[in-house]
Amino acid sequence: MNLTLHIWRQKNASSPGKMVRYEVKDVNPEMSVLEMLDVLNEELTLKGEDPVTFEHDCREGICGCCGFMINGVAHGPQAATTTCQLTMRHFKDGDELFLEPWRAKAFPIVKDLMVDRSALDRIIAAGGYVSAPTGSPQDANAILIAKENADLAMDAAACIGCGACVAACPNAAAALFTGAKISHLGLLPQGQPERVERALNMVAQLTVEGFGSCTNIGECEAVCPKQIHIEVISRMNADFRAASRKSRKEPYQDPSEFRRWSFGLKS
Amino acid sequence: MQLDSKIPSGPIEQKWDRARFEMKLVNPANKRKYSIIMVGSGLAGASGAASLGELGYNVKCFCFQDSPRRAHSIAAQGGINAAKNYQNDGDSIYRLFYDTVKGGDFRAREANVYRLAQISVSIIDQCVAQGVPFAREYGGLLSNRSFGGAQVSRTFYARGQTGQQLLLGAYQALMRQVDTGQVKMYPRTEMLDVIVIDGRARGIVTRNLATGQIEVHMADAVCLATGGYGNVFFLSTNAKGSNATAVWRAYKRGAAFGNPSFTQIHPTCIPVSGDYQSKLTLMSESLRNDGRIWVPKKTGDSRTPDQIPEDERDYYLERKYPSFGNLVPRDVASRNAKQVCDQGRGVGPGGLGVYLDFRDSINRLGEQAISERYGNLFEMYERITDENPYKVPMRIYPAIHYTMGGLWVDYQLQSTIPGLFVLGEANFSDHGANRLGASALMQGLSDGYFVIPYTIGNYLASNKFDKVDESHAEARGAVENVTSITRRLLSIKGKRTVDSFHRELGKMMWDFCGMGRNAKGLEQAIGKIRELREQYWQNVLVPGGADDLNQSLERAGRVADFFELGELMCIDALHRNESCGGHFREEYQTPEGEALRNDNEFAYAAAWEYQGQNQAPKLNKEPLEFEYVHPTQRSYK
Amino acid sequence: MSATAVGFGDSRAARFWNATIGKKIVMAASGAVLFLFVVAHLLGNLQVFLGAEHFNAYARLLRVEPALLWAARLGLLTMVVLHVWASFQLLLLNKMEARPVGYVKKKNIGSSYASRTMYWSGPIIAAFVIYHLMQFTLGIGGTPFEEGKAYENLVAGFQVIPISIFYLIAMAMLMTHLFHGVWSAFQTLGVNHPRYTPMLRTLAKLIAIALFLGFASIPVGVMTGIVHT
Repeated sequence: MNLTLHIWRQKNASSPGKMVRYEVKDVNPEMSVLEMLDVLNEELTLKGEDPVTFEHDCREGICGCCGFMINGVAHGPQAATTTCQLTMRHFKDGDELFLEPWRAKAFPIVKDLMVDRSALDRIIAAGGYVSAPTGSPQDANAILIAKENADLAMDAAACIGCGACVAACPNAAAALFTGAKISHLGLLPQGQPERVERALNMVAQLTVEGFGSCTNIGECEAVCPKQIHIEVISRMNADFRAASRKSRKEPYQDPSEFRRWSFGLKS
Repeated sequence: MQLDSKIPSGPIEQKWDRARFEMKLVNPANKRKYSIIMVGSGLAGASGAASLGELGYNVKCFCFQDSPRRAHSIAAQGGINAAKNYQNDGDSIYRLFYDTVKGGDFRAREANVYRLAQISVSIIDQCVAQGVPFAREYGGLLSNRSFGGAQVSRTFYARGQTGQQLLLGAYQALMRQVDTGQVKMYPRTEMLDVIVIDGRARGIVTRNLATGQIEVHMADAVCLATGGYGNVFFLSTNAKGSNATAVWRAYKRGAAFGNPSFTQIHPTCIPVSGDYQSKLTLMSESLRNDGRIWVPKKTGDSRTPDQIPEDERDYYLERKYPSFGNLVPRDVASRNAKQVCDQGRGVGPGGLGVYLDFRDSINRLGEQAISERYGNLFEMYERITDENPYKVPMRIYPAIHYTMGGLWVDYQLQSTIPGLFVLGEANFSDHGANRLGASALMQGLSDGYFVIPYTIGNYLASNKFDKVDESHAEARGAVENVTSITRRLLSIKGKRTVDSFHRELGKMMWDFCGMGRNAKGLEQAIGKIRELREQYWQNVLVPGGADDLNQSLERAGRVADFFELGELMCIDALHRNESCGGHFREEYQTPEGEALRNDNEFAYAAAWEYQGQNQAPKLNKEPLEFEYVHPTQRSYK
Repeated sequence: MSATAVGFGDSRAARFWNATIGKKIVMAASGAVLFLFVVAHLLGNLQVFLGAEHFNAYARLLRVEPALLWAARLGLLTMVVLHVWASFQLLLLNKMEARPVGYVKKKNIGSSYASRTMYWSGPIIAAFVIYHLMQFTLGIGGTPFEEGKAYENLVAGFQVIPISIFYLIAMAMLMTHLFHGVWSAFQTLGVNHPRYTPMLRTLAKLIAIALFLGFASIPVGVMTGIVHT
């Protein structure tokens, strides 16, 4: 099949970008979208043009590297699928595809379809962990966890941190991502001691990073490749509400100072 | 080169304890005076960096991805072994040790394997404490399954995403240290050289992939946890970015490379569908617990699977290995798949595939039960192939998956360059010639959480460190080396893309140094690889510049190293005149077609030493002694 | 610093308000109060169908104790201010700051029309409330008004067709606002359950429709002559 692509091209964070049109011929329906771009890039390279930059690594839907908007939908038209696993079977001859990077203030563009998602790492650094120094734990089976809770925690923990939720949200909120980690740890006994601090710190970091607010409309869960449910957002809200009430600590000083660790992209 | 494996004395079960006692300690107050570099943020790298940070060392951690959470450990599906014996089915540390040595076809160091089995128990405790959501029984206890040829249920798992969950546990621990400032994280940064000063590793040269900036980082010790080199084959289950550049450049600075030809072929991957294919997708080996592998008895049978009656199907693994059946180790399963396909009985396009059939399990257990166990894998298969495995048998074919070879390390995980430690898949370590399923995660975490924190302390406490900085001649020399490679690659401006060379190299490696190898083919391959490498340096086309994000340039450097490593793999495969584990030399097989080891001549780890560009590498041998598990012909019949 | 600037040196209350979730909780809580008011207001107003005497007696009853009346008014006003203020700050964050460069193409695949138009239905309802107070409380809405004659004012007001139509549109907006608002408030307050939330969402819609029908019945009753002086 032959397709027309419109791809966002932008040299780096500070230069302006624009949509550029490309024709691709003889696309095999078994290819993934990324493989189609590989083929385009081989052609561009041989023509002496700059190949399209896009983030990718495992190409089996788990590393969370890949992802861009395909015709206005994060990761494209098939539900529960990352871009790397989306095959060209979902398109037909003559289709026009608009490929755009995730858009959010918190995700500055690095180049073309590649964005900087280090904000998500800093949200985890703010409290998305259990403090269990190496060597300290008790026997694994000493902690009993109801199967249902373990399963729910696993549902939330399945998040791959791709950022599609942010990209799809009209407010560029990272509520699904943050809610998933707060739920994962909050549902387990191991996560209880730090539950209050975790909610306060992670939610504060959301604001520092410049994400928008959740309006509970559900665009995020519709594009989530791991089908994480917005129930996790409600758990985050509940934890934040409870934490705001319970915490005896005075709010701390600007946490951004701690979490501005460099990604080589920021001055 | 003198290889000193530093195996502690004493009975095997006391060696690690003894080593830990004998190792020197760094005073808690002094730890902050030492700096450590960790390259890689997968299971070994993240767990190591986090643990070292917790101890109080100043750690710098590097990864080429945009976030440490993306390392390819995340893609491991099936599970992690531990000798917990929670199932009361006869497991023990000794049995895990025994299984691993035997499964590795007697080419691993016993003391390392025993330590791994000992530590496996603590790993599970550690991960549970971090909140890793392992599968559980209704009573709230941890669930186990049997995996990849083991006859006990010792595998812990988190659905089909065990690697992901373990990595996120380690990543979260790492992020906690990053937040305290104990670890400084450098994502989108690739290591391109090791700086060796006075014979000791004292730093690395990196390239910031976003800005192209070349940087020097100095430290008192350097750890490489950069994973395997399966991408030499172009098509593998590795992530596209997985590469051998860090270990290869360390090799060129004097670190010996151990058993480079030992690669593992995973039997259950989705077959190749076209020449645009960029990678192969693995389906967890756990599928073999309930799926039956078969091909038609007739050659060239083009009927659809449902039209082939029962008595015309050849369940060849069950037939040949009645006691292990479909659960034979990976190398055996892979080799047999290749054999039946070579006989012309392969299925699917190109005849490169065998059926993995769930019909009988669905009839026995119901679709619901099968869906609970493998639902996400079935969905993934259907997404990629557009076939419904509940109705049509899956088609699978082996693919390169893991490399047992890697930089040679002693019992302390130190390479032949003092101060350069190698962790996880990047070292040659514990799996011998074949790795058992669910053991990679175990080894990565063992090295990172529980070995390196002790052994690196010993190294730091035993040595004095002069202050060195980036103005040191060796540092400047390494920078010059890195920039000259980049300059050269960019200046060729040839007519072929990096990927086209890489594909061609990969095809050669697969044909001559893949599942079956022979002397003639390997000799031929070595010549061809050299030829292709020469062409590469004359005719590769790398667009763009060095001062910018340039994915083609990143790949070009990695592929340049793959050429050299591929050649070394063939040299190693050619010299080892025996078959063992994943290394199957067609000249050396039993009458039944099984791997035929030669323990008299080859019971050693081959540690290759770099002798300079275009010089034959020098072979060093670390003899392997088996005091506890006596080498036998592996039999899974 | 932005409209939702984070002052981490500030008090715990500021920390709560500065987090987007804190504002949303304020919106959910104030919205819940306003929702309850709307329900009560409808129940009171439906007495218009019982005739002038009954209705005017009800109107007088509301004003028996001025202190109570003003307490209720101030309470409601506070809720309105909080609801609007929080939503306005979030609007600035969401629409002006969080995504400085928009998409060339963007499809909505998971959200309802009602949920996406909260920022439209809200201000329309607010505009309506202002006019509604001008018309029936202050008597400056341009329709005949006489203090103490609530029934007569109402009938006279709704006999003006454009006003009735505006009223109906505003009530339709209120309905869509509640389609999303009611369940969203639960979600924001942290109540979500795979079994009960779908029921809650259906129930919220039914209540919203019932409120619309209830409120619409009054101008329609006037226009069709069922309610008359």
